Amino acid sequence: MNLQNKSLAAKIGKALIYLIIIFLGLVTLLPLLNIVAISLSSSGAVTANAVGIIPVNFTLEPYKMLVDDPQFWRSFGISVQRVFLSLGLNMILIILMAYPLSKRKSEFKGRSIYMNLLIFAMLFNGGMIPTYLVVRNLGLLNTIWSLVLPSAVPVFSVILMMNFFRGVPKALEEAAIIDGATPMQVLLRVYLPISIPSLATVALFSIVGSWNDFFSGLIYMTRTSNYPLMTYIQSLTVDIQQMIQQGINSTNLSELMGVSDRNLNAAKIVVSSIPLILIYPLLQKYFITGIVVGSVKE
Amino acid sequence: MQQRKRTASKRLTNPNLTYHLMILPGIIFLLIFNYTPMFGLVMAFQDYVPAKGIFGSDFVGFQHFAYMFSLPSIGRVFTNTIVIAGGKIIFNTLLAIVFAILLNEVRVRWLKKSVQTIVYLPNFLSWVVLASVVVNMFNLDGNVNQILESFGLGPFNFLGSNQLFRPLIIGTDVWKSFGFNSIVYLAAITSIDPGLHEAASIDGANWWRRIWHVTLPGMLPIILLLAILNLPNILNGGFDQIYNLYSPVVYQSGDIIDTYVYRVGLMGRDYSFGTAVGLFKSIIGLVLILSANQTAKKFTERQLF
Repeated sequence: MNLQNKSLAAKIGKALIYLIIIFLGLVTLLPLLNIVAISLSSSGAVTANAVGIIPVNFTLEPYKMLVDDPQFWRSFGISVQRVFLSLGLNMILIILMAYPLSKRKSEFKGRSIYMNLLIFAMLFNGGMIPTYLVVRNLGLLNTIWSLVLPSAVPVFSVILMMNFFRGVPKALEEAAIIDGATPMQVLLRVYLPISIPSLATVALFSIVGSWNDFFSGLIYMTRTSNYPLMTYIQSLTVDIQQMIQQGINSTNLSELMGVSDRNLNAAKIVVSSIPLILIYPLLQKYFITGIVVGSVKE
Repeated sequence: MQQRKRTASKRLTNPNLTYHLMILPGIIFLLIFNYTPMFGLVMAFQDYVPAKGIFGSDFVGFQHFAYMFSLPSIGRVFTNTIVIAGGKIIFNTLLAIVFAILLNEVRVRWLKKSVQTIVYLPNFLSWVVLASVVVNMFNLDGNVNQILESFGLGPFNFLGSNQLFRPLIIGTDVWKSFGFNSIVYLAAITSIDPGLHEAASIDGANWWRRIWHVTLPGMLPIILLLAILNLPNILNGGFDQIYNLYSPVVYQSGDIIDTYVYRVGLMGRDYSFGTAVGLFKSIIGLVLILSANQTAKKFTERQLF
C-alpha cells in the first residue's frame, strides 16, 4: 500500500516536471511565433489584435512591401559588410595576440606588460562619451569603420583563445621548431589546425555581436542612409512603441497613422533574424560547448 | 650533438622579436580605442568645450560630481539601476538552476533536445528584435492583456506604469536568458558522480532529499563562483533592453545610469557632466570587480583573471 502510494507520488512528480518543462518551452516559443504570425497577417487583423500564433487573413503583402523598401536592403548590406570586416579583423588580431600571450613569461619577455594592458582594458573603460569623441576626432563618423574599428580587439575572446593555446601539447611545438619552423609557421601549421572548435566559438561571438549591435550605428551614424540593419529597425519601431507606452492603444494608434505598419515592421524583424536562425545550429554546437568549457574547466 | 643542442636552444629563445611584432597591431588598436578614451576621462574635471578640445578646456575640479550628488534624479537613477540589475541577477540565477535541475530529470530525448533548442534561442537575438516581441505581447490590448482579461483582470499598461515597468524589464530579461544561463548549471549537474545518487536512493532518500543533499551541494561551487562574478553587474541595468522599451512616462522607475548618460550627456551634449556620471559608475564597477575576483580566489580557488 505504502509502496503503491510512493510510486503514485513519484509518477505525479514526474508528470509535474514534464509539465513545467513544456510550459517553459512554450512560454519562450509562443511570443516568437506571435511576431512571425503578425508578419503574415492582414493589417486589419493586426490592428484588431486578433493575431495569436496563427496568421489571420494570411497574406504575403508585408514581405512584398519589404522587397520594395530600398533602405531596408541598404542597411542589410551595411550589416553584412560590417559582419565580414569585423570578423576578419577580429580573428586576425585574436590569433596574433593570443599566441604570444600563451607563452610563459620566460619564453616571451614583456608578456606581463601586454597582459596587464589587456586585463585593465577589460576591467575599466573610458565610457560612452570619451569613446564617441575619439571616434569622431578620427573622422570615422558615418563610415563603416566606426562600426568595425572600436571593437577590433575583443578582449574576452583573446583571453579565451590564449587559454586554449596553453592547452596545446608543448611537444608538438618543440618538434616543429627542431624541424626549423619559425614562430609564425608554428602558429599557422601546429596551433591553428587543432584549434578549430575554439576559433569557431570566438568567430561566432564576433558574428552575433556585430549583427545584433544597434548602438554603434545609433551614435556614430548621423544619416539614416548609413544605418546598419538593427539601428534602422530600431529607428522605425521606437516611435510606435513610445505611443503605445503612453497609453494609446493600438486601435487609436492605427487611426492616428492611417494604416497599420505593425505587420510590415514584424516582417522586417523576421527577415533581420533569418541570418542568425540559419547559423543557429552552429551556434548551438560551438558557442554552447565553448561556454561550458570556458566556465567549468579552467 | 653539443652544436645541435645549442642552435636548438638559441632558436627557442629567439622568437621574442616575432612575438612583439605579432602582438603589436592588437596593442595599437587597444591604445587608440580603449586607452585614449580613458585619458578623455579628464573631461569629467573640465568644463569641456568641443571647439577648445581636452587640452584647451578649463578645469573645474569636482564641480560636476558635486552637481551630480545635488540632483534628486541621480539617486533615482542609481536606485533603478541597482534594483533592476539585482533583480535580473537573482531571478536569472534561480530560474536557470531550477530549469537545469528539472531538465536533467527529462528522459525523453527528443523533448529535452527540442526544449533546449527553443530556450537557448532568444539569447542570440538582439533586444531590438525582442523589444518588438515584448511590445506586441504587453501593449494595452496585446495578447497578455487579452489572456488576463479572460480571467477578469486588467488591462494593465505594463509599458507605461511605474509599478509594472521594473517587473516587466526583469521578467523579460529572465525570459531571454534563463535557458542560456542554465547551460553551465546543467553541465555541473551531469558532472556529479551518479554513485552518490544511487547511495542516497538505497538509503531511502526521495527525489526532494536527493536534490537537496546531492544535486545542490554538487552545484554549489559553480553557483557561488557565478554569483560572485556576477556581482559587478549590479551597475549594468542593460542599456539595449531598456533603451528599446522605456519612454518618458517610466523614467521614474526605469531610467538607469547608462540611459541617463546617453540622454543627458551625449544627446544633451553635456559631455563633461555625462562623463563624470560615467566615470563614477566605472570606478565603482572596478572596485566591485576587483573585490569579486579576490573573493572568488579566496573561497573557490578560481578566478576571472
